[in-house]
Amino acid sequence: MTDGTKKPEELLKLDYTPPKKGWMETPVDFKKGTYCYSAPQKHQEYLGLPYPRQWQPFDKDWKLPENWKQIILDGMSDRLNKYRSFRLYMDICVRCGACADKCHFFIGTGDPKNMPVLRAELLRSVYRKYFTLGGKLFGKMGGARELTEDVLKEWFYYFYQCTECRRCSVFCPYGIDTCEITMMARDLLSLVGLNVGWVVEPVSNCFRTGNHLGIPPHAFKDTLDFAIDEVADLTGIKVDASINRKGAELLFITPSADYFASPHWYTFLGYLMLFHEIGLDYTWSAYASEGGNFGLFHSAEMMKRLNAKMYAEAKRLGVKWILGGECGHMWRVVHQYMNTANGPADFLEEPVSPITGTKFDNAKATKMVHICEFTSDLIKNNKLKLDPSRNDHWKMTFHDSCNPARAMGLLEEPRYIIKHVCNNFYEMPENTIREYTFCCGSGAGLGSDENIEMRLRGGLPRANAVKFVKEKHGVNLLTCICAIDRAVLPTLLQYWVPGVEVSGLHELVGNALLMKGEKERETDMRGTPFKQKES
Amino acid sequence: MSAVYLAFGIIIPYAALFIFVVGLVYRVVRWARSPVPFRIPTTCGQQKSLPWIKSKKIENPYNTAGVVARMALEVLAFRSLLRNTKTELKQGIQKLIYKDSKLLWLAAFVFHWTLLIILLRHLRLFVEPIPGFVISIQRLDGILHILLPNLYITDILIVLALGYLLFRRAASAQLRYISLFSDYFAVLLLLSVTLSGIFMRFIFRVDLVSVKELALGVLSFHPSIPADAIGLAFYVHLFLVCTLFAYLPYSKMVHMAGVFLSPTRNLANNSRMRRHINPWDYPVKVHTYKEWEDEFREHIRESGLPLEKE
Repeated sequence: MTDGTKKPEELLKLDYTPPKKGWMETPVDFKKGTYCYSAPQKHQEYLGLPYPRQWQPFDKDWKLPENWKQIILDGMSDRLNKYRSFRLYMDICVRCGACADKCHFFIGTGDPKNMPVLRAELLRSVYRKYFTLGGKLFGKMGGARELTEDVLKEWFYYFYQCTECRRCSVFCPYGIDTCEITMMARDLLSLVGLNVGWVVEPVSNCFRTGNHLGIPPHAFKDTLDFAIDEVADLTGIKVDASINRKGAELLFITPSADYFASPHWYTFLGYLMLFHEIGLDYTWSAYASEGGNFGLFHSAEMMKRLNAKMYAEAKRLGVKWILGGECGHMWRVVHQYMNTANGPADFLEEPVSPITGTKFDNAKATKMVHICEFTSDLIKNNKLKLDPSRNDHWKMTFHDSCNPARAMGLLEEPRYIIKHVCNNFYEMPENTIREYTFCCGSGAGLGSDENIEMRLRGGLPRANAVKFVKEKHGVNLLTCICAIDRAVLPTLLQYWVPGVEVSGLHELVGNALLMKGEKERETDMRGTPFKQKES
Repeated sequence: MSAVYLAFGIIIPYAALFIFVVGLVYRVVRWARSPVPFRIPTTCGQQKSLPWIKSKKIENPYNTAGVVARMALEVLAFRSLLRNTKTELKQGIQKLIYKDSKLLWLAAFVFHWTLLIILLRHLRLFVEPIPGFVISIQRLDGILHILLPNLYITDILIVLALGYLLFRRAASAQLRYISLFSDYFAVLLLLSVTLSGIFMRFIFRVDLVSVKELALGVLSFHPSIPADAIGLAFYVHLFLVCTLFAYLPYSKMVHMAGVFLSPTRNLANNSRMRRHINPWDYPVKVHTYKEWEDEFREHIRESGLPLEKE
């Protein structure tokens, strides 16, 4: 937690009444703690981004290229012709307001420009001015306004204050998806060299080294060896794991945070234990060592550039299909974009579980299976020996991550696993789970330290629901299947609901898993003693 | 005087119809010409994955039948609005509460359906002989049997619904803040169309036989102003209707066509089952394995990992 952060009581003093002055007349105010810094120039240059330069949002002069306005307008025109979603969502909103109080940033800030409808109007007003007759004729009366530098700054502020979680789109009668609009806006901003560091730096790292954290292959090898040792200490079993091994049956890809951050680490150990136990013939890759894809938070092109490695590596290694780990936006890319952007994967086989023989028909074209689909199938077919009581020291709840929930529908698979690996599971209130789940508030590249106040605000609805189950059932663990969640929720929960830890799902699988020939385990992976069985 | 009748009875209606048709076609073609590069359905339920997990076939459709059902629910029952809640923060106990909030759904549902029924009732003025279903609708709609002429249920409901929608927009500070002039204009226009129709029926009576004569003439492209005067109220009503039709394709009311094209609703969630093509896909600069190995070769060798090129 950064010092000088406001107390929860202060942050909760929220007023949802909008100001008297109209939104078009209210310029953006870059308050410390509520926005992300720009990207270091070297990373912009490495990726070949347009107009690389040093600038910061708090600078008065953003050093925009001279013809920035034309670049943006041309870019808009281009994207209006490329994306039906964009053109349609610019035209059909009726401003019914159903989305207004569905956004975690609006709930946590009360800032009217965080109502999804108004966030979109920031862009729509410019669309009307330059691309519609009504806007040209009636100007402000027709909801249109000039594109000025202030408008551009406002875009930067508010489109990097949207986590592309798609919750508003569930409630919209026309399915208008602010995520689509935010993606377009960020893409446009990038055309004139406006990017945030927390997106561009990981992207640049990932492009070069293969993962967001910038871990080179030898360090990846070291960390894997370290993990193998740790599993051996815990279970007495030396697990098999290989990197870049040709001829393996499967390639396993997970977010790099899983093997370098905490509490992700325990999920990493869980994977190693599970794969060893079932005798899976699989390999890790140091070249495609990232499941996540921060390119998605930049532009469709950048998403494609990073994602290309998955298929390329699967082809090079000659595996049959790809298994993917726990991650949110990674699965947005894999599920909805990968095969279109980088397919067809005709060099891979339709996925079949080598352990159970189950055909994953739902992934027969993309040829990549979610670990929760894979593990729930193992459990269903009685391939795992599990002792859920080894997770009895946890009273847990499950946080549906935005993308698996609203861009995939992976809801029951993780719950099925949970019910088999632990005994104390409590759901959060209905309006905050499954397709109604609330974002962690730090997704889509907003998880930087300098943005902490906004993240805490955005995380309020999620944390509030956790608080509810904590008070009602004594919940002390939130488990989730997203690496960004695991990175940011510990901070947010420590702030809003102290006493609730965060874990990945396969950490709990690892705890419960009875491995052949394992020594008597006394603690879980974190070193916490198992709860004594009442006899 | 006849020039005025000619303008309001024949020329303006033709012009409005023309603007409506051209505008609507233009809008739909414009949307349709922008491709859908990626499948982006918003999934609102369990996906189809393993055979023993029950999937939500409508809220998260994986095939065309599911999509049709989802769209039908969306268009006919306003499914998504039915989810609406109202978020409240109870400061004292620091709790967020989500209350059911179905009034917006109710008003929207009542407004759109009554509008459809009223439009269908109007068919009696455009078709001869009057189809049986139109007579049935009219009979059902007037089942209350109060007032003379018979008061239609839809007339009451549509005014109530529009009144609520207007009131809601004006009364809530949040909605006022997001509202544009055109948002008020649309609902006021609809209200004035409705009210002018109701006034015409109950206060400023018009000659319906002549109205039908005019309507049939216009529709058969042999327009003529009936010999018997219809009544001024009719021309007021007709003009407002013409305004509505001409304005519709250029306003937010064009959502009536747009909703069918929304990619978050009208696509099946099957992108891992079937490959979808992006028509404007282009090659991008990637970092190849070779480039990667070249940069890290020494480290890879030292750590004992396999190399393509020693």
